[in-house]
Amino acid sequence: MEFSNKYIVCFALALCLICSATVSSLAVVLKDKQEANKLLYKQMNVLRVAQLIETGEEPNPEKVARIFEDIEVLTFDQATGNPVEIRNVWKFNPLKISKTDEGGVDASDPRAKRVAIKRMPKTLLAYRVKTAGKECLVLPIYGNGLWSLLLGFLAIEPDTSKVVGITFYEHLETPGLGGEIENPNWKALWPGKLCFDEDGNPAVEVVKYGAVKNLATQVDGISGATITSKAVGNLVQLWLGDTGYGPFLRQQREAQR
Amino acid sequence: MNKETKAILVDPLHLKNPITLHVLGICSALAVTTKMETAVVMSLALTFVLVLSNISISLLRNKIPGSIRIITQLAIIASLVIVADQVMKAYLFDVSKQLSVFVGLIITNCIVMGRAEAFAMANPPLKSAIDGFANSMGYAIVLLLVGFFRELLGSGTIFGITIMESVNNGGWYFPNGLMVLAPGAFFLIGLMIWLQRTLTPEMQEEEN
Amino acid sequence: MELINLALKAIFVENIVLAFFLGMCSFLAVSKKVDTAMGLGLAVTFVLAITTPLNNLVFHYLLKEGALTWMLGDTAQDMDLSFLGFIAYIATIAAMVQIVEMVVEKFSPALYAALGVFLPLIAVNCAILGSSLFMVQREYDLVESTVYGIGSGIGFWMAIVALAAIREKLKYSNVPPGLRGLGITFITTGLMAMGFMIFAGIQL
Repeated sequence: MEFSNKYIVCFALALCLICSATVSSLAVVLKDKQEANKLLYKQMNVLRVAQLIETGEEPNPEKVARIFEDIEVLTFDQATGNPVEIRNVWKFNPLKISKTDEGGVDASDPRAKRVAIKRMPKTLLAYRVKTAGKECLVLPIYGNGLWSLLLGFLAIEPDTSKVVGITFYEHLETPGLGGEIENPNWKALWPGKLCFDEDGNPAVEVVKYGAVKNLATQVDGISGATITSKAVGNLVQLWLGDTGYGPFLRQQREAQR
Repeated sequence: MNKETKAILVDPLHLKNPITLHVLGICSALAVTTKMETAVVMSLALTFVLVLSNISISLLRNKIPGSIRIITQLAIIASLVIVADQVMKAYLFDVSKQLSVFVGLIITNCIVMGRAEAFAMANPPLKSAIDGFANSMGYAIVLLLVGFFRELLGSGTIFGITIMESVNNGGWYFPNGLMVLAPGAFFLIGLMIWLQRTLTPEMQEEEN
Repeated sequence: MELINLALKAIFVENIVLAFFLGMCSFLAVSKKVDTAMGLGLAVTFVLAITTPLNNLVFHYLLKEGALTWMLGDTAQDMDLSFLGFIAYIATIAAMVQIVEMVVEKFSPALYAALGVFLPLIAVNCAILGSSLFMVQREYDLVESTVYGIGSGIGFWMAIVALAAIREKLKYSNVPPGLRGLGITFITTGLMAMGFMIFAGIQL
C-alpha cells in the first residue's frame, strides 16, 4: 500500500501523541503509589536492621509509620558531626551528592578503593531509634561487591560499642553465593561484634570462611563468596572510619559518657 | 474451535516454540530464571505486552505506512512496556526491583517484534491476540522449567519455599552454584532442546 | 586508570553476552561463520559506541529529575521524566541506526558492504538497549559511558567471533542428532561463559 508523505508524518505525530498521553497519564496516576512504595521499602529496611519488626513480616504502612514516630532522622556534617538542615530527608541520597563538586570529596581511605568508591559525601544521614529497649543508631552504608553496588544499613548501639545488626537491601550478587549476604543465618553472626578497638579504629571485620580466631570482632566470611564477603568487611570498616561516620560516632560516644 | 485456531494456540507451545525452535527472546529467558518468582512475573509481563501489542498492531495493520513500520511497532511496544513497568513498580515493588533492567528489555525481546512483524501485520485482531497469548505461553513454559531447575538445584527452594534444606541454613543439601550462574542456564536450555528434539525427530537440524 | 578498569570490566568480567545474556538472539543466529560474525560484531561495537553516550546525554539533559532546568528554569526542578526512559532510548537507538546506515552508505560503500545487512537487525538487539539501561542504572558520566559502550561492544564482538570459530570446527564432529544446531550451540556458549567466569572480581 502506498501512502503520501503527509499521511506518514501525520500518522507518526498521532502515534507519538497517543503513546505519550497514555504513558504520561499512567505515570502521573501511579506516582504517589510508587513513591509510597519506595519510602515504605526504605523504612522497612531501617526497622529490620534495628530489629523492630520480625524478619519475615509483611510491610504494613500504618504500623511502619507508627514505629517511625520513635525514630529521629539525623543529618550532619561528615567532618565535624554537627547537625545540618536538609530540605527533604527522605529524598536525601549521600551517594548521589557525593558525586557533585560541592557535596563530596575524593575518597582518601584506602578501604574506599577496595570497594570501588571514588567519592565520599560531605553530609551524612543516620537514624536514631528511641524505642524503649531497642535504642540504636542506624547508618546507611554502601560499596561495591563482586557484581554490583551493595546498599545496606548497619545498626549499632547508641554508645557505638557493638553492632546490633546489618542488612543489605539492594544488590545484584549471585544468588546462593554472594547473594547469601541476605541470609538471616549469616546476618545473625554480626550482632554483638565490637565496632571499635581501644584506639577508636574500626575493629569489626570479615575474615575468610572458617578462619575466625577472635570471636569479639571477627565475622566468618561466606563460603564460595570470598570477594563479596571481603567487600562487606571493607565497606563496614570504611563507613565506621574517619572519612565515614567516625567523627559523628565519636561525638555520640562522648555524649554518652 | 476450528482447526486453524487450535494450531495457532497449540503450535507455539511445543513444535513452534519461540525459544527452542526460533531462538527468540533468549536474553530475558536466561537472565530472570534464577528464581521461580521472577520467572513468573516476567512471563506475565511478557504476556501482557505481547497480547496487547499484537492486538494494537493488528488493528492498525492497514494504516501503518511501510516506511516507518519498524519504528511504529517499537513505539507501541515501548509504550506497553512502560505501562507494565509502571504498574509493577506500583503494585509489585519487590519483584520489579529484582527484575531491574530486564523489564525494559522486553522491548527488544525478539518474540514481541517477531510476532508483530510476522503475524499481527497480516492477521485480524482476534487471531493475533490468540497468537500472542500462545507464544507467551510457549515462552512461559520454557522460563518456568528453567526457573524450576535453577532454583531447586541452585538454592534448594521453589518460590522461596525450602524444599531441600541447604547447608548454609544448617541442612543437608549442598547448593549447586553452577545452576544460579550464567553457564547453568545455557546448559539447561541446551539439554531441554536436546530432549525435545530427541522426542520429536522432525525438529532436528541437518547441520551443526 | 579508572577508565581502563571500566573498559576491561565491560569486555571480560561483565561480558554483555556471557554474563548478562544480552544480544543472545543475534549471537546465536549470526554465528555460523566467522566472516559474518566479524561484520556483526563490528556493527554492534560501532552502534554501541554512538548510542550509549547519546542516551547518556538524553538521560542527563532531558529525563532525569530536574534535568530540564537548563531549558525551563527552576520551575522544572521537580520534573522527573525518567519513566519515559525506555521509549526515549529505543527511539534514539532506532533513529541512530537509521542515520548511521544512511551515512555509511553515502560515504563508505566498502564499510556499508560489510555492515549494511546487519544494521537494521541491530535496532532490536538487546545488547544495545541493555547497555543504555545499565549505563543509566550505574550512573556513568559521559566519558565513562562512551568507554562502557565501546567496551561492551568489543566484548560482544570477541564472544561472537569466538563462538563462530568454534561452530565452524564443530561441523566436522559427530554430534548426536537431537543436539545438532541450536542445542550444541547452547552448550558451547555455556562452556564459554564458564571460561569467562575466571575474570570475575578482577580489579586494576
